[in-house]
Amino acid sequence: MPQMPAAIETREDNTLVLNMGPQHPSTHGVLRLVLEIDGETVVRLRPEIGYLHTGIEKTCEAKFYQQVVPLTDRIDYLCPLTNNLTYCLAVEKLLGLEIPPKAQWMRVLMNELTRINSHLVWLGTHAMDLGAMTVFLYCFREREDILRFFEMVSGQRMMTSYFRIGGLALEPPLGFFEKVKKFADRFPGNVDEYEGLLTGNPIFQMRVQGVAKLSAEDAIALGACGPTLRASGVDIDLRRDVPYSGYENFKFKVPTHDGCDVWARYVCRVQELRESIGIVQQALAGMPEGPVKADAPKVVLPDREKMKTQMEALIYHFKIITEGFTVPAGEVYQAVESPRGEMGYYIVSDGTAKPYRVHMRGPSYANLQALAKMCEGYLIADVVAAIGSIDVVLGDIDR
Amino acid sequence: MPFPPPITNVDELKSHPALARLLDANTAAVEAVKYDRDELTIWVSRDFAREACALLRDDPECPFNYLADLTCVDWYPSEPRFEVVYHLLSIPKKERVRVKARVHGSSASIESVTSVWPAANHYEREVFDLFGVRFTGHPNLKRIMMPDDWEGHPLRKDYPVEGYR
Repeated sequence: MPQMPAAIETREDNTLVLNMGPQHPSTHGVLRLVLEIDGETVVRLRPEIGYLHTGIEKTCEAKFYQQVVPLTDRIDYLCPLTNNLTYCLAVEKLLGLEIPPKAQWMRVLMNELTRINSHLVWLGTHAMDLGAMTVFLYCFREREDILRFFEMVSGQRMMTSYFRIGGLALEPPLGFFEKVKKFADRFPGNVDEYEGLLTGNPIFQMRVQGVAKLSAEDAIALGACGPTLRASGVDIDLRRDVPYSGYENFKFKVPTHDGCDVWARYVCRVQELRESIGIVQQALAGMPEGPVKADAPKVVLPDREKMKTQMEALIYHFKIITEGFTVPAGEVYQAVESPRGEMGYYIVSDGTAKPYRVHMRGPSYANLQALAKMCEGYLIADVVAAIGSIDVVLGDIDR
Repeated sequence: MPFPPPITNVDELKSHPALARLLDANTAAVEAVKYDRDELTIWVSRDFAREACALLRDDPECPFNYLADLTCVDWYPSEPRFEVVYHLLSIPKKERVRVKARVHGSSASIESVTSVWPAANHYEREVFDLFGVRFTGHPNLKRIMMPDDWEGHPLRKDYPVEGYR
């Protein structure tokens, strides 16, 4: 057994080393922070991670390309569809596969619902950490609706695996778009509700304004991404700047804020909720007709019905399941704007049916490095606000 | 639509700002280059890697100021065995470039880029932990994912998927 440091140890310079986590309600998982404190002030903060390490990258190397999709769900469990999307886009880029428009639009639609889902969990838990209990209940009410949409299309509430290499797993069921439309019409009112509880609330404002500041230079140098970076005044959003999966067809604003503090991150994310629902509306209005899978019989599994009636379909199905499909040798780095920032998949292919190397660049892993800088000089209670503001997901960090 | 075949001729790709910058600074250290699937990869010599990163970060025309990712690929049993991979992003120009450095398995070490980007700290620790590549000049090169007393480096190709039993 490795020697665990004592939970509390005193230093010569009168600072105290205090252990926070891995079992701590405000660390949102198994994050362990070692704080060096002087009274109530944080002098240094060191994140200790790895408690959730499952070796997914190693596991990927032993699987066929299509078998990796369910593994990607489990990395960032608050946005499984974004992970599916990043992985599928990367492999499709290696294959040079063209995806039909309906599948692309569905991917955008589901991806934005995922963003709302993830931001709702963030908003609820972040507010709860800071003592505003009610918001949590409101957020999870709407989140439940979104999870039902996921269940409608994929049969699963969280581990969806709905995007597959070459398109989608299934056609969305009848009545799906009407239900999403109803939700999208109602949702801006719900955001007003959350904002009514928090934005004008002086207790919440005092708790977050001017806390855990991170300058734009530090944010870039430390690799912060997503809303954490945009709240430091850096205007970058991969959906707009490096469009993928048909995002160039959608109109949306990228909220930024110059505050650099927890409040700025809160404002950015709440604005993103509104922008995302706008994208959902656009996707619903312009949803093209057509197939949801690419015309690539060697890569995409045939429909069940075809498999029962056509010999070729049966053969392709058998071949894909038993020996996978080969992917041309090469390498790609595909980045996607996940709810937490730049999620990148680096895939190296050696021309066989199994990936030679899969590396996931998790946005939480990058943002965590900025946490230490953010918290220095602030109070212990502010650390809780800072952790909430970067929206860590430990599954994404440890992989 | 299949992508066109990769371009590996240095002269054809000279116009790319990142490559031009590195060729200007040290032509001999640029070992190879590849443009494939809309992505540019530049292989630099191991000893030039840190300097190359610093040069690209401070490029006045197209500053690659953001370290998006740092990882490693193990090409066991061929030598040089490891490829340390830097994915750089230019926030002002929204350009990407991939810089690679080949590292021999016998003395797997390369200069740390933590002095260029503090962000490299955790990434380099991860590569050290899972591949066993040492980064000289790193402020705190310890295991990050695996327990401190773990034996072996799990992402090496000669490490079994089930681990040692």
